[in-house]
Amino acid sequence: MNEAERLVELIPRLRRYARALVGDRATADDLVQDTLERAWAKLHLYRRGTDLRAWLFTVMHNVHVNRVRAARATDPLEEEMPELAQRAAQGDSLLVRDLDRAISRLPDEQRAVLLLVTLEEMSYDAVARTLDIPIGTVMSRLSRAREKLRAMMLGQGATRLKVVK
Amino acid sequence: MSEARQPSESELHAYADGRVDPEQKAAIDAWLAAHPDEAERIETYRRFGEGLRQVYDPVLEEPVPSRLMRSAGARRRWVSVAIAATWLAIGIALGVAAGWQLHEWRGSQPVAMDTPAAMARRAAMAHITYSPEVRHPVEVGADQEQHLVTWLSKRLGTKVRAPRLDEAGMTLVGGRLLPGESGPVAHFMYQTPAGRRITLYVRAEPRGHRETAFRYSRENNVGVFYWIDRDCGYALASADLSKDELLRIATLIYKQLES
Repeated sequence: MNEAERLVELIPRLRRYARALVGDRATADDLVQDTLERAWAKLHLYRRGTDLRAWLFTVMHNVHVNRVRAARATDPLEEEMPELAQRAAQGDSLLVRDLDRAISRLPDEQRAVLLLVTLEEMSYDAVARTLDIPIGTVMSRLSRAREKLRAMMLGQGATRLKVVK
Repeated sequence: MSEARQPSESELHAYADGRVDPEQKAAIDAWLAAHPDEAERIETYRRFGEGLRQVYDPVLEEPVPSRLMRSAGARRRWVSVAIAATWLAIGIALGVAAGWQLHEWRGSQPVAMDTPAAMARRAAMAHITYSPEVRHPVEVGADQEQHLVTWLSKRLGTKVRAPRLDEAGMTLVGGRLLPGESGPVAHFMYQTPAGRRITLYVRAEPRGHRETAFRYSRENNVGVFYWIDRDCGYALASADLSKDELLRIATLIYKQLES
């Protein structure tokens, strides 16, 4: 299988990551689209035999950072994040839906590390390479992301965490 | 017995992610057993991973929106050419007389490898490869049909049958075993008295795959009807039957395999 086919094969994973990274579907697919376009244009820079997935996620990361920066430039007021659920308990799906909102409240760089580790199941080394940060930074961001999530979830009532068992 | 050494924070995360070797794991297990608060914290971390996958894994199953595929025509063509080039290489390797035109390769969107659409593509490729064969169109001929289906069923791990297509004026030539994306594939060939051929590509589907309606695609001048029914995925390919004729035969096959 050549690179072009492998790129195409990785689209569903790019979409999964993008959805978790930016939240809504349309924005996530915009990000994937920009990423693919950039990847096609830069494919000659990809070194054969290296990890294509890590390379592609690096491209996505850079595109994302640029998009966030551009959005901030045009809209200096940071959008207020909605407060975490005050919804009534709705059984099993509550934790997962809250998790979805809770991760949206993490700082971007922590969320990226957490998602690459948990969703993509990338090794810590691969995450470091993908985001171009030292491995120590990967570990500290992972640690802070998880602790923050835990605090958020605990804040809503510690019992709900047991739901997902 | 001495008190187990306190694991580092990084080690605890690696533990939550299932990335410690058995020796490390045993040591951390022992330490956590003595520190229930920490054990609960790490268990929570682990569940975040499960929770995130529950929320976002369904995205993997969504069809890729056409706008992503369409995002640039030039690039699409580029992918198509790349795929076509791969086919050509395989074709040449197999010594196929390539009578098909690469530049007509269009209309088929690039797809992930294990989807029904990918199956249709492979079925078309198998059709192109084997249907022109005069001397060795199949591995096992129709005269040994019983042996053929027993063998193929055994290799696919599910009961495979060669449908009767006399009603459509088609008789079984025989079949062969092919390598598929995720396992062996059974490939049956039929022909009319005039020598027009169709091929039926059958693969075992992983459990939990949905049944699908008939879908049609044209791959490199080969028409393919494909569908998934119970344990198997099917793709019926022909280079020279009309879409309607092919659909009639696909329906016939579907009904027979249903009963």
